[in-house]
Amino acid sequence: MKLDPQIPSGPMAEKWDRHRFEMKLVNPANKRKFRILVVGTGLAGGSAAATLAELGYNVDCFCFQDSPRRAHSIAAQGGINSAKNYQNDGDSIRRLFYDTVKGGDFRSREANVYRLAQVSVNIIDQCVAQGVPFAREYGGQLFNRSFGGAQVSRTFYCRGQTGQQLLLGAYQAMSRQIQTGRIQMHPRTEMLDLVVVDGRARGIVVRDLVSGRIQSYSGDAVVLATGGYSPVFYLSTNAKGCNVTATFRAYKRGAAFANPCFTQIHPTCIPVTGDHQSKLTLMSESLRNDGRIWVPKDGGDRRAPGQIPEAERDYYLERKYPSFGNLAPRDIASRAAKEVCDEGRGVGDGGRGVYLDFADSIRRLGEHTIRERYGELFPMYQRITGEDGIQQPMRIYPAPHYTMGGLWVDYNLMSTVPGLFVVGEANFSDHGANRLGASALMQGLADGYFILPYTLSNYLASNKQTPAPVEGADFKRCEADVRARIDRLLFIKGKRSAQAIHRQAGRLMWDQCGMARSEQSLKKALNEIPAIREEFWKNVSVTGGGGELNQALEYAGRVADFLEFAELLCHDALDRDESCGAHFRIEHQMPDGEAKRNDEQYSYVSAWEYAGDDKAPILHKEPLVFEEVHPSVRSYK
Amino acid sequence: MNFTLHIWRQKSPTDEGRTTTYDARDISPDMSFLEMLDVVNDELIEKGQEPIAFDSDCREGICGSCCLMINGIPHGPERGVATCQTYMRVFRDGQEIYIEPWRARAFPLLKDLIVDRGAFDRIVQAGGYVSVNTGGAQDGNCLPVAKTDAERAMDAAACIGCGACVAACKNASAMLFTAAKVSHLALLPQGQPERHARVRNMVEQMDREGFGNCTNYFECEAACPKEISVQFIAQLNREYLAACLEGEGEK
Ligand SMILES: Cc1cc2nc3c(=O)[nH]c(=O)nc-3n(C[C@H](O)[C@H](O)[C@H](O)COP(=O)(O)OP(=O)(O)OC[C@H]3O[C@@H](n4cnc5c(N)ncnc54)[C@H](O)[C@@H]3O)c2cc1C
Ligand code: FES
Repeated sequence: MKLDPQIPSGPMAEKWDRHRFEMKLVNPANKRKFRILVVGTGLAGGSAAATLAELGYNVDCFCFQDSPRRAHSIAAQGGINSAKNYQNDGDSIRRLFYDTVKGGDFRSREANVYRLAQVSVNIIDQCVAQGVPFAREYGGQLFNRSFGGAQVSRTFYCRGQTGQQLLLGAYQAMSRQIQTGRIQMHPRTEMLDLVVVDGRARGIVVRDLVSGRIQSYSGDAVVLATGGYSPVFYLSTNAKGCNVTATFRAYKRGAAFANPCFTQIHPTCIPVTGDHQSKLTLMSESLRNDGRIWVPKDGGDRRAPGQIPEAERDYYLERKYPSFGNLAPRDIASRAAKEVCDEGRGVGDGGRGVYLDFADSIRRLGEHTIRERYGELFPMYQRITGEDGIQQPMRIYPAPHYTMGGLWVDYNLMSTVPGLFVVGEANFSDHGANRLGASALMQGLADGYFILPYTLSNYLASNKQTPAPVEGADFKRCEADVRARIDRLLFIKGKRSAQAIHRQAGRLMWDQCGMARSEQSLKKALNEIPAIREEFWKNVSVTGGGGELNQALEYAGRVADFLEFAELLCHDALDRDESCGAHFRIEHQMPDGEAKRNDEQYSYVSAWEYAGDDKAPILHKEPLVFEEVHPSVRSYK
Repeated sequence: MNFTLHIWRQKSPTDEGRTTTYDARDISPDMSFLEMLDVVNDELIEKGQEPIAFDSDCREGICGSCCLMINGIPHGPERGVATCQTYMRVFRDGQEIYIEPWRARAFPLLKDLIVDRGAFDRIVQAGGYVSVNTGGAQDGNCLPVAKTDAERAMDAAACIGCGACVAACKNASAMLFTAAKVSHLALLPQGQPERHARVRNMVEQMDREGFGNCTNYFECEAACPKEISVQFIAQLNREYLAACLEGEGEK
């Protein structure tokens, strides 16, 4: 396998412009002769499908929910970044680029990040034109707030429902194209395999989740926009349905999987309360604009928060990182929370929590302003915990949230399988070892609205392809594989539910490969995962049949993939014998406990190639070259 | 806590369907309603019986997937929340709970508690958008929007498309859903060029889907997990009337 990132030559600021000029175009009259399969309808897939259809391509679009509008992007709360510099506070494309490369702890590809910062400006314009109701100033201008890892206000938002509004914008654009017939929408349809014909991605095998029918679709290119894999930890802020299935099965058909161990643990989530929880709820990072994080100075202090005087509180982020304070990046804020809890200073039952306190902001701005600024977040907190986050501080704790890892893509967003493009959280993206807040929405929309439509056209214009009918042997072979796997799951008739096994595996991953990792813990996980997998394939209970709506079967299929993928994740974490961003190897830390990078040996993207079910995956390395931002010790002090 | 659950089971659209009774034991008051059903389902699966099918995804009240009729109330007894945000502490220990799917002609049942809400998507496809292609948009700040207008548009845009409004209405009307989308765009400058065509096309599609008429019972507002105001229905009526008076035809 050869990794060629295809980075255009020339000065950084001109690369994308130059590349756009050099790329081939498809004649407008010919566009309707092409069919493109887009899997996923989140911000990335939705924006891609709509834009490709506007250009004149035929698009088949798939999602497992009952409507494209329900993709998990809908849950994003806080906001979306853009280098508009409307606040006149010193922002620029270059600064957003710099913040993102630094925020990612120098493990991302500079050229991609620069382009992301460039098109960030167009995204806001596009969304405003669609009617996205962004927050406004009294004069009618767009309003901004700050997010972690930045000293400027560049985050645009719609109350606490930014993802919902941006997704509805993309969904509306898609709806318009569905009406014209340019997009064929297939909801309640799950992709279960990728079909590669003569070395090119030419189709997918799907299961209709209502009828259970297995069916193939053929196209001139395949786009995966299937989101992240945080539920590999079982509990995460992701939706129940988020999964690794589409990307993992593409991996097994030849697409390299990059940096699987870069998983982000979000610092501000509602703490775990028991064994029954099916997910954890995020309290948007934007709350850190107005909330101050603290724990008691002394371990074992069981007084109510209001009873603890100022002098006996430790505002540890403000103390350790005076210049960024409560807006330190996520990886740093999460580890700091873990550290104070490990010291026995955590709050709430079980001592796994820290306070997020709004008292000062309420005094300064009034309760009304704070409630208005965060919309749904305060009521949401109250419903889940039974406590009012205004009257007393919120209790929060880190939880798995976002996955920087994903399928490897080149500058054109194409994977190692020609014709297979990957966008949004599903690719290994532009965030390196740690993503900054409000940058995932930006990346998803950048990929879908402004990058993929160009690069995909270039691919189609540069490659003459013959039709690949679904009756062909490659399609039939894939369909047979998919059927065999489903039959195997239905045949086991064991005693344990897929959920019970998922929970067990997730806990192992969280304990051994979560916020802190070591050679020892990773080897332990690598040792235990195969046993859980074996238990699954011997003892899982999947009821019902394959030819009907069967949620137990859908879920079991996803858990089976997580159980294989977990091992790949641990392999990657073990290989990366350094700490960087969200990947914290306890063997490698500075005297003050910060992550210690090893640029000499690990300044690369790890891209794993599938070698067979019983073989260790093969590691390929894409060296990272930094021309613009010199890798330094990442300091937020 | 323990509960007795009476749940609608129906294998397929053509199956007759019946209510089946289940026990939910040792339920924590901190569990969400859906987590309680997860426990019941796990027990069924471990006994080799088919779990109860229901839709859910985000489990934080924003995706609009979950849709259960709980003791005759869409999304259950608490106001302003979706099923997934209903916690067991709002029920009495030992309570009997009846769980039904949304019932409406325009939402055909697929299995157990799952219905097909594709009609909502088709209403939006009929015109619930601004016809603007990617690229070529002017700078975002060239289009000032008064803060109050933006806020009001956001109030309408908060709809999660769950269908509780339809389930609550004795006419199974989709007025609140349609009103929310029409109002969101009508309140913003971006929505003006297509304002009349949009409302006509969306209302006509709503009628074609077989939703009932609005006779002002306003049960929809009470059931809406986002508490979308029926004032938007008044706005929809005004918009529709204005569009008809203008007599603009299909787009
Ligand atoms: C609670 C929460 C809050 C967040 N807040 C923010 C924020 O404020 N700012 C920010 O920038 N980012 C935020 N993020 C991150 C951001 O929301 C996501 O990274 C981003 O929305 C992912 O978009 P996507 O289009 O790549 O994938 P998704 O929106 O996850 O969409 C995935 C799509 O793929 C489909 N799919 C998946 N698998 C299959 C399959 N096998 N077959 C068929 N279809 C499939 C799904 O149906 C869905 O349509 C948040 C994330 C969470 C979880
Ligand atoms: S599951 Fe998303 S709203 Fe209830």
